[in-house]
Amino acid sequence: MFSLINPDGTVRDRLPLTLEEMRGLYADMVEARTYDHKCIAMQRQGRLATYAPFEGQEAAQIGAASALRPDDWVAGTYRDAALMWRAGYGWHLLIAGRTGDERGGAPPEEVNVLPPSITVGGHMIHAVGLAWAESLEGTDRIALTSFGDGATSEGDFHEAMNFAAVFNTPTVFLCQNNGFAISYPRSEQTLSESIAIKAEGYGLPGVQVDGNDVAAVATVVREAADVARRGGGPSLIEAVTYRMGPHTTADDPGRYRDEDEAAEWRERDPLQRVRLLLERAGGWTPEWQEELEVTASKRIEYAVTEAEALPEPTVAEMFGRMYEAPTGPLREQMKEAGQ
Amino acid sequence: MSELTLAQSLNGALATALESDERVVLLGEDIGRTGGVFRITDGLRDRYGAGRVFDTPVAESGIVGAAFGMAIAGLRPVAEIQFLGFSYPAYDQIINHVARIRNRSNHRFTAPMVIRIPFGGGIGAAEHHSESTEAIYAHIPGVKVVVPSTPADARGLLLASIEDPDPVVFLEPIRLYRAVKEEVPELYYTTEIGPVRVEREGNDITLISWGAMIKETRAAASILEETGASVEVLDLRTLSPLDHEGILSSAVKTGRVVVVHEAPRTAGLGAEIAAIIHEGALYSLLAPVRRVTGWDTIFPLKRSEAHYLPSVDRIVMAAQEVLEA
Repeated sequence: MFSLINPDGTVRDRLPLTLEEMRGLYADMVEARTYDHKCIAMQRQGRLATYAPFEGQEAAQIGAASALRPDDWVAGTYRDAALMWRAGYGWHLLIAGRTGDERGGAPPEEVNVLPPSITVGGHMIHAVGLAWAESLEGTDRIALTSFGDGATSEGDFHEAMNFAAVFNTPTVFLCQNNGFAISYPRSEQTLSESIAIKAEGYGLPGVQVDGNDVAAVATVVREAADVARRGGGPSLIEAVTYRMGPHTTADDPGRYRDEDEAAEWRERDPLQRVRLLLERAGGWTPEWQEELEVTASKRIEYAVTEAEALPEPTVAEMFGRMYEAPTGPLREQMKEAGQ
Repeated sequence: MSELTLAQSLNGALATALESDERVVLLGEDIGRTGGVFRITDGLRDRYGAGRVFDTPVAESGIVGAAFGMAIAGLRPVAEIQFLGFSYPAYDQIINHVARIRNRSNHRFTAPMVIRIPFGGGIGAAEHHSESTEAIYAHIPGVKVVVPSTPADARGLLLASIEDPDPVVFLEPIRLYRAVKEEVPELYYTTEIGPVRVEREGNDITLISWGAMIKETRAAASILEETGASVEVLDLRTLSPLDHEGILSSAVKTGRVVVVHEAPRTAGLGAEIAAIIHEGALYSLLAPVRRVTGWDTIFPLKRSEAHYLPSVDRIVMAAQEVLEA
């Protein structure tokens, strides 16, 4: 498994990122974790619908997004808020989505990040079509799709990997293997030795990377993205990580996971190892940490305010989103709904 | 103008679309080298290149899902599924993604794409090759469902579907692919998605149908007219959105309606049409709305097809009962 930073913050090999870059990634991970904690709190206060936390997966998501170009496509899942945010999708929109508002699904024109896919697995092929279109149109934009270990059991995983390979589309498949599909462990999901190895069956390269090592993920994804951008085709990256929290706020992981295992993974925390590394390199102080946390909280609070300040959604908007223009039957129903 | 079959007209429309809009690409199983199982894309790969017309692996969900991604990224993909009975692996993509991305993203992302699917029975095909499950597509908010029944409409409706800013499931009546020839203009024209086509005007009774059953409905209308009835025939052409006004104005005029479809009766579109008429024209009705449909059975294999398909006789008998009521 490819890795660069050990859990104790020592570097395994030469680090291909500068200290400033590492500080930037660390700051982003702090902000992402702040968001995650804030959303859990808001869900408990009844201000958000069910929330799927990503704690433990910050390195996989921030690392991957940091390796993309701002105009690249991203098609991810409901657990990919950190990935989407780092790729340009505002926190306020992610929060709006979780308050139950379709307006949260609309990033700005220049951001090519699709709103999260809620059904498991259907979106991977979208990143094949997106990337295929870009190469047909002669751009060097790529598409990254993120999914979990559970999604690799869906038939759509096969169709997406196969199409990407056959048509040589510039698609990066990022599997965040976080150990569980709700309650179902990775060990039972597939008898395959790894998820990365499945790439071989499609004639594609597959690589396993320490998903809690932000530098390793960034490096591997950048390489895959560069290859894809140059016309070298798609690849599969398995970021091995662990979901520290529940599947969603409606779930109790105590029913299906070994708490000793969870404790072990806590020792491999993606933020902690970067903090230790930075501290050793003179790039971290308690004051800076506090500054990061305060800034992150302010930004998240501001995003919450923005999301909650959206005007009440109207009946007309609900009907209006079905087609470019409402059809005859929809116009009749709008009238019936009192519009 | 040239005399074309419905199949030739579709082929010509696809060529025109490829010619006039460089965003148009075609993808599907066997559509390139062999021109598709019904040869609707015949010759297009040779003329427009393997970079516009793609043969794909056998994966319906993949075809529709990839086309969806292409559409979001700015292309105008036209996907072909070989038979309606093979479309169900792609149903998840259609109902969960294709139909919903405009809603999910509040108009930020859209999927202007066409999914072409041959449908209907009557050609003695193997199991799964004769389905008429159009109602399960018409039930999905966010897609449109279009069914041509004449060569001229086939061209206009297909070009309109490709131009449409929203996704269209475009159902092609297999039985009519080569049944008749008709003058089809060669120019670029579109036929509006939505409005019914009044195939024949009349005052005593309205027969409503679409797709392949237009043929039997037309024949039944001629027989009824020989007996002195004035028969109006509506070809719906668009199953979603339904043309409520077009249906109601004819129902109000004649007061007697028979809906003819090949699909099974239960929860078929005939029920929806009858409900529209009862809600909007009950007091103009002179008789209950009747349905002449396929049965609630699996579409049978070749030797029993005639037991299943609504015949001209069944339509005539139902219409006579409605006329006498």
